[in-house]
Amino acid sequence: MDFETHHYDVLVIGAGGAGLRAAIEAAAAGAKVGLICKSLLGKAHTVMAEGGVAAALANVDDRDSWKVHFADTMRGGQYVNNWRMAELHAKEAPDRVRELEAWGAVFDRTDDGRILQRNFGGHRYPRLAHVGDRTGLEMIRTLQDQCVHRGIEVHMEFTVVSLLTSDGRASGAVGYERERGRFKAFNASAVVLATGGTGRAYKITSNSWEGTGDGHSLAYHAGAELMDMEFVQFHPTGMIWPPSVQGILVTEGVRGEGGVLLNTEGRRFMFDDIPEAYRTQTADNEEEGWRYTQGDKNARRPPELLTRDHVARCIMREVKAGRGSPHGGVYLDISWIKKRLPNADAHIRRKLPSMYHQFKQLADIDITKEPMEVGPTTHYIMGGVRVDSDTQMSTVPGLFAAGECAAGINGANRLGGNSLSDLLVFGKRAGEHAALFAKANGRATIDVDAARTAADGVLTPFERSRDEGENPYAIQGALQEMMQALVGIVRTDDEMRRALGELTAFKTRADRVSVIGHREYNPGWHTAIDLRHLLTVSEAITRSALERKESRGGHFREDFPEKDPAFAAFNIVTRRGSDGTMEVSRVPIPPMPAALKQIIQDQT
Amino acid sequence: MAHATFRIWRTDGSGGTFEDYAVAVVPGMVVLDAVHQIQATQAPDLAVRWNCKAGKCGSCSAEVNGSPRLMCMTRLSSLPLDEPVTIEPMRAFPPIKDLVTDVSWNFRVKQAITPFTARTPDAPDGTWRMHQADVDRVQEFRKCIECFLCQDVCHILRDHKLHDGFIGPRFLTYAAALEMNPIDAGDRVDELKTRHGIGYCNITRCCTKVCPEHITITENAIIPLKERVVDRFYDPVTRLLRVFRS
Repeated sequence: MDFETHHYDVLVIGAGGAGLRAAIEAAAAGAKVGLICKSLLGKAHTVMAEGGVAAALANVDDRDSWKVHFADTMRGGQYVNNWRMAELHAKEAPDRVRELEAWGAVFDRTDDGRILQRNFGGHRYPRLAHVGDRTGLEMIRTLQDQCVHRGIEVHMEFTVVSLLTSDGRASGAVGYERERGRFKAFNASAVVLATGGTGRAYKITSNSWEGTGDGHSLAYHAGAELMDMEFVQFHPTGMIWPPSVQGILVTEGVRGEGGVLLNTEGRRFMFDDIPEAYRTQTADNEEEGWRYTQGDKNARRPPELLTRDHVARCIMREVKAGRGSPHGGVYLDISWIKKRLPNADAHIRRKLPSMYHQFKQLADIDITKEPMEVGPTTHYIMGGVRVDSDTQMSTVPGLFAAGECAAGINGANRLGGNSLSDLLVFGKRAGEHAALFAKANGRATIDVDAARTAADGVLTPFERSRDEGENPYAIQGALQEMMQALVGIVRTDDEMRRALGELTAFKTRADRVSVIGHREYNPGWHTAIDLRHLLTVSEAITRSALERKESRGGHFREDFPEKDPAFAAFNIVTRRGSDGTMEVSRVPIPPMPAALKQIIQDQT
Repeated sequence: MAHATFRIWRTDGSGGTFEDYAVAVVPGMVVLDAVHQIQATQAPDLAVRWNCKAGKCGSCSAEVNGSPRLMCMTRLSSLPLDEPVTIEPMRAFPPIKDLVTDVSWNFRVKQAITPFTARTPDAPDGTWRMHQADVDRVQEFRKCIECFLCQDVCHILRDHKLHDGFIGPRFLTYAAALEMNPIDAGDRVDELKTRHGIGYCNITRCCTKVCPEHITITENAIIPLKERVVDRFYDPVTRLLRVFRS
């Protein structure tokens, strides 16, 4: 097999916010940049982000600063975050947001004409710059439009099947363009992974078909380390009815605008369990909570705006206790604000336009008049490629990662709004340092044999007839059911050991998968390729979750329901061993500088 | 369980036929769910674009029973199921495979529009002051999810195939969002008249009717741009002034 080969200084894989931002920065540094997207440009999962981008601009509350944002992020992540990344993120996010405005983004405005900011879970002050509930669309469009005028070569609907390395450093990638099924090789001096998340490993998820952990898996098989893979974020509010919409996200912005969570008894159950770490910051009565959502600086936030991990578990508790809604969730009610506000209907439609349409069109629910039924949905993975905090380079020289597919900034739980700022801050850093690496190290040669082997490997499903082979969709569906049931929101040692056994069986089945048709735009073939990534990330999630024998953030163990201080001292890392099996280790978290410790103390 | 028949256009790029598939109907189902069910159980190679499944990404555009829709937002309960539901690709774009069409022309068009350029910042910290009332109309246009359904129904593109001289409603809306951005310093009036072909639009409003984001494309975007073109090129007083100046 001969390859059409493209040569770049920096190859960016993934064209959501992080990939676009990295590509822009690398191009600005003078690098020749290639950008690969799995879908069409502008359709990546960033487009789904609703609530806003977190940055301590202090436009709405001048008490906000990078220090408060840093402390909030660390507290939300339960102190296993990479503190240096949390620091950089909090310091640089405001500039990254202002830069978007200079590139044409049009955020909602304050009365004095500046960027408006809203309340969100775990953020002490109104901090999320936003555009109604379609902030992600605004961001991706702005970045995409920047990209196309900077000489970046975009390869749309292209899937990478393997990274290439030579002499221990990244040298490129091989994959195929979906439209014609042709393989292409990329030779690059530096590679940036910005492939997003792994939500498709679960049955109930807010993620699109793209979220199959490609970057996690590509990096792992190229020899990089993954970190914090046990920390999966189950967003508390996904749609649960009708079945066809199960998992679709309901933005936290609903709660930021005053929406409340109710059980079938009509009680705001979030008042029942306020964690110690948040007690002093949380309202203890409904009146105070309402005043907070309306901008009263002397009020504390309502418990609905506690961190996502906690809210998700409280919902599960209500459902388990028999106080759930008819379809196994709880109620999220924004319509009640008509008791407080004149013209509440119009207010809701203006603040939450896409939520209004989503429920109206997909569930026959008018959210200005009746409550929504919601339950947890797999939304985000805090874990990812282990990277250097300042450069975003992985443990493989020349291989960088940014955004959701990188680990560190979020620790055990991500605060809403921090993903959009994460991908701007660290997308930029990854692009900048990838360009520097490229300049310093030059092009490595690619191993054409390795590229050929990788390409041949993904063609084997065509060699089996449909009768003798397995259906890739059936395996994917069964894998998602299994992960949902055995490595979901509530985990136990027994169940996760069973999951490991099942994963071995799934691997055998995936090796026997068959596809029909030819290579041109064949979704069955594509599903077969995605399976290999899903199996890798599912194993990393399961093995890491087994190793963390405590409950922290997004990771909840029924057999170890408490937080254990001993486990606050390290992150869990997985890597491919020399025999090809997955190795798990504990990597100590370096001690936090006194100045940062002081900030955290000052902010409690 | 109720069943429905889906009649789907299958093609490998040239020619094509409708094929029928039986689908088990579940509550709340949308057309895209039916396509996924068919992929998973009957036709694994059935090609379709989709991403968010919530009307936010604009990937799953198609013609359902002849009308341009997002498949993820079209509920089966809104369609008559006693007869087959037909799904065809957007017909204004060249077919690639099944429901997938070649929309790359749209990306080339966007690149040819004068990009956003910010004017000098208002404040010493390098930021601008804009009031909500001043950005409301731009924000309406920026809701666009680039599903290209407006391009699909525009007769100038669909029937007259004037792709070389007309950018279509999507990119007129895009140009309007740039022109009306309070801090943009670019000028697109000349190019709108010349290479973007705004004069071809005879405001039949088909684009506005199919927009899943309910953007008032014709009234709010295209007509004001036409007025700007008219003011610059056809206003008798400015015309006279131009003669003197030259």
